[in-house]
Amino acid sequence: MYAYDEIDRTLVNERVAEFRDQVKRRLSGELTEDEFKMLRLQNGVYLQLHAYMFRVAIPYGTLSSQQLRRLAHVARRYDRGYGHFTTRQNIQFNWIKLAELPDALADLADVGIHAMQTSGNNTRNVTSDQWAGVAPGEIEDPRIWAEILRQYTTLHPEFSFLPRKFKFAITASANDRAAIKIHDIGLRLHKNAEGETGFEVLVGGGLGRTPFLAKTIRPFVHGSDLLSYVEAIMRVYNQYGRRDNIYKARIKILVHELGIEKFAHEVEEEWQQMREGALKLDDDVVEDIRSRFFYPAYEKLPHMPDELRKAAHDPQFEAWRKNSVSPHKVQGYAIATISLKPVGGPPGDATAEQMDALADLADKYSFGEIRVGHEQNLALPHVAKRDLPALWKALDKAGLATPNVNLVSDIIACPGLDYCSLANARSIPIAQELTRRFANLDTANLIGRLHINISGCINACGHHHVGHIGILGVEKNGEEVYQITIGGRADENAALGALIGPAVPYAEVADVVEDIVEAYLALRERPEELFIDTVKRLGVEPFRERVYATR
Amino acid sequence: MTSPLEQKKIKIAGPSVVTANRTWDGAVIYRTAAKDWSTDLSDAAIVRANDEARALLAESVADDLGAIGAYIAPVDVKDDGRIEPGNLRELIRRSGVTIGPPAIGLPVQA
Amino acid sequence: MPLVKGGKITDDVFVHVADGAALPDDGAILVPAARLLENPASVLDRKDKIGVIWPNNRDVDDLVPYLDRLAVVALVFPIFRDGRAYSQARLLRERFSYRGELRATGQVLRDQFVFMLRAGFDSFEVKKQSDAEAFAQTVKRYSVFYQPTGDGRLTALHRRMQLRHSESAGL
Repeated sequence: MYAYDEIDRTLVNERVAEFRDQVKRRLSGELTEDEFKMLRLQNGVYLQLHAYMFRVAIPYGTLSSQQLRRLAHVARRYDRGYGHFTTRQNIQFNWIKLAELPDALADLADVGIHAMQTSGNNTRNVTSDQWAGVAPGEIEDPRIWAEILRQYTTLHPEFSFLPRKFKFAITASANDRAAIKIHDIGLRLHKNAEGETGFEVLVGGGLGRTPFLAKTIRPFVHGSDLLSYVEAIMRVYNQYGRRDNIYKARIKILVHELGIEKFAHEVEEEWQQMREGALKLDDDVVEDIRSRFFYPAYEKLPHMPDELRKAAHDPQFEAWRKNSVSPHKVQGYAIATISLKPVGGPPGDATAEQMDALADLADKYSFGEIRVGHEQNLALPHVAKRDLPALWKALDKAGLATPNVNLVSDIIACPGLDYCSLANARSIPIAQELTRRFANLDTANLIGRLHINISGCINACGHHHVGHIGILGVEKNGEEVYQITIGGRADENAALGALIGPAVPYAEVADVVEDIVEAYLALRERPEELFIDTVKRLGVEPFRERVYATR
Repeated sequence: MTSPLEQKKIKIAGPSVVTANRTWDGAVIYRTAAKDWSTDLSDAAIVRANDEARALLAESVADDLGAIGAYIAPVDVKDDGRIEPGNLRELIRRSGVTIGPPAIGLPVQA
Repeated sequence: MPLVKGGKITDDVFVHVADGAALPDDGAILVPAARLLENPASVLDRKDKIGVIWPNNRDVDDLVPYLDRLAVVALVFPIFRDGRAYSQARLLRERFSYRGELRATGQVLRDQFVFMLRAGFDSFEVKKQSDAEAFAQTVKRYSVFYQPTGDGRLTALHRRMQLRHSESAGL
């Protein structure tokens, strides 16, 4: 992972000092809320139902054990003992006091963590996938480019007051685990026919009121041109994005209104004038950033260690191994996904104790590194296979070994009306009930891979549009009702889900989801046909019939 | 409950209060008749007409230092005079989240 | 509204000419863009300094033909959250090599001073007196800058390169 140098640390400290001054001026009345709001948003501080919410950045989802321990400390010292991992690889604390925030930020800055631009009309966390740098088949580690972009976009003087928020995602795998097609700029790292490294650049993805999948604006941009090309896109957006209506202010609307060809042309015109300028990336500049990423000194380990062979007799260990352990690019190692979706629990939450326990396990078994995924689970990216049995025992003790990753009970949900002032309906209790209905692991495995996404309002922070089953809470006559879609996906075959029928009341949502699953089990061609593929093959109609027959 | 952040016109449907969050710590507060704020809903000033509501909100919003995000929220006034939140959103703000604390999953092994 | 120039509060020698008002016979003037464009000769034909107030929703390309005659270009932040003038500023400085005074007007608040300086502004019609007084102190907030702009400040990437080269040169 990337190691901050003196320069990076200085910037974070300068930001903390500036924010401390801004809070002071707010609490003295020198700044009105109207003047302060954008400033606090630029540092990840929202006002929610019960309190302020504090969103801390976890750049491209990579954390050191020291950093994770410090997050646990913030949860304990400044909050109510837990945090929530988000669909953008960040962490949120829900009960923070404004007056104590500068101290919390200073505590985080000590270990190189910040909250810059996790909110507001600026460029947000550049996300990647949680297997970056260790997944087999990657072109190279996308996080190097994510870090280059992170620095480039941090406190950018030209782009700190955009029409609206701006999100980047980058993948280096054919299988897109970073959901680049639902981002404002999506980047697919690949090599061209000449073997040169570059990016397919996609633009204009985003969910919310008007969901769009990103479109390719340029199939190949050389690595050295990445920043100048991005600057050209952002300059066009900054100048021409709508500022009269916040629901039409994202770049996806500009791309849609101009059309991708005209938009690409505008960007190209701008880019041609500055592509050879100061933003051209030399090889040695890229190498410098690359050199600051530390990779483990992997041992030469056997493909099938004795410890693993012996542990295969334990059915519970095996259940976890088969579900939560993924192949690593280095022989003898594995990636362990840590489920934060226990039965009955709020998806994506972790207590301070769990964070500390995981930090210790990361030190012992993963070279001190942890990853955060947009599915709201964590991962230990460098586990020696021989350590898997011991790791599992410890994870299980800490409640972090539910073997339901990618299954029906591995639900992605926004905080919803229990926390969020934008919400119209609750999402977490729906998720909790669903985990209880599908608690039986044999059933969950029988069903196979199935992503349920729940959002408590149209802002779609739960990414319901791209869920295999998507659930959107709305309000009707003072009651919570839910629209249900099927067939969405967030990967390289990204698609938006389709409504299966009229909205259903809160109390019936879990029943409807059970009916959808039953319909799938009856309709699938063979057990290996995934839910998402059955929907693709048959369309929405057979599901609609069965689910709404008695409603 | 449609987020009241989208309230444009002040039109109340029944007894209402003004609620906000305290600036320094974000705590839920209610506007009292004494031009002050209280964390206790029973201290809230109740308005029953659009004009009253508008006036109370305007006066609350003017206290930019003490409170942020003030808006008008419905309440239920019981026969014995008790004030209860008038919708789910206000119930959640007054009483807290409807979910338990993060559930530490039960270990698979006994 | 105090004018900050050269890091401190100064008097504004430029007179803002309102829409439709007659141009004063002499003295430095700041005219709205429309005035300049509808009759450039009438505006530019004076020996005293001329400046223009350029709206943030119009391409600066249209201003380029006149840049060498202008002592001041004033750009506008209608509200501080509307950041279009940052792009305009950078284009004027970096693409069109404008060297005159580049003034920030509108809702100009303390917490945007550093961004504005980096984008190329060198004078500021500051909304609040207290912010104007804090200008010199505020611009010292940051010593690290990640991205290159026309302001000549060394970026982090290049500082690192320098350090590396001096290390390898044994300095």
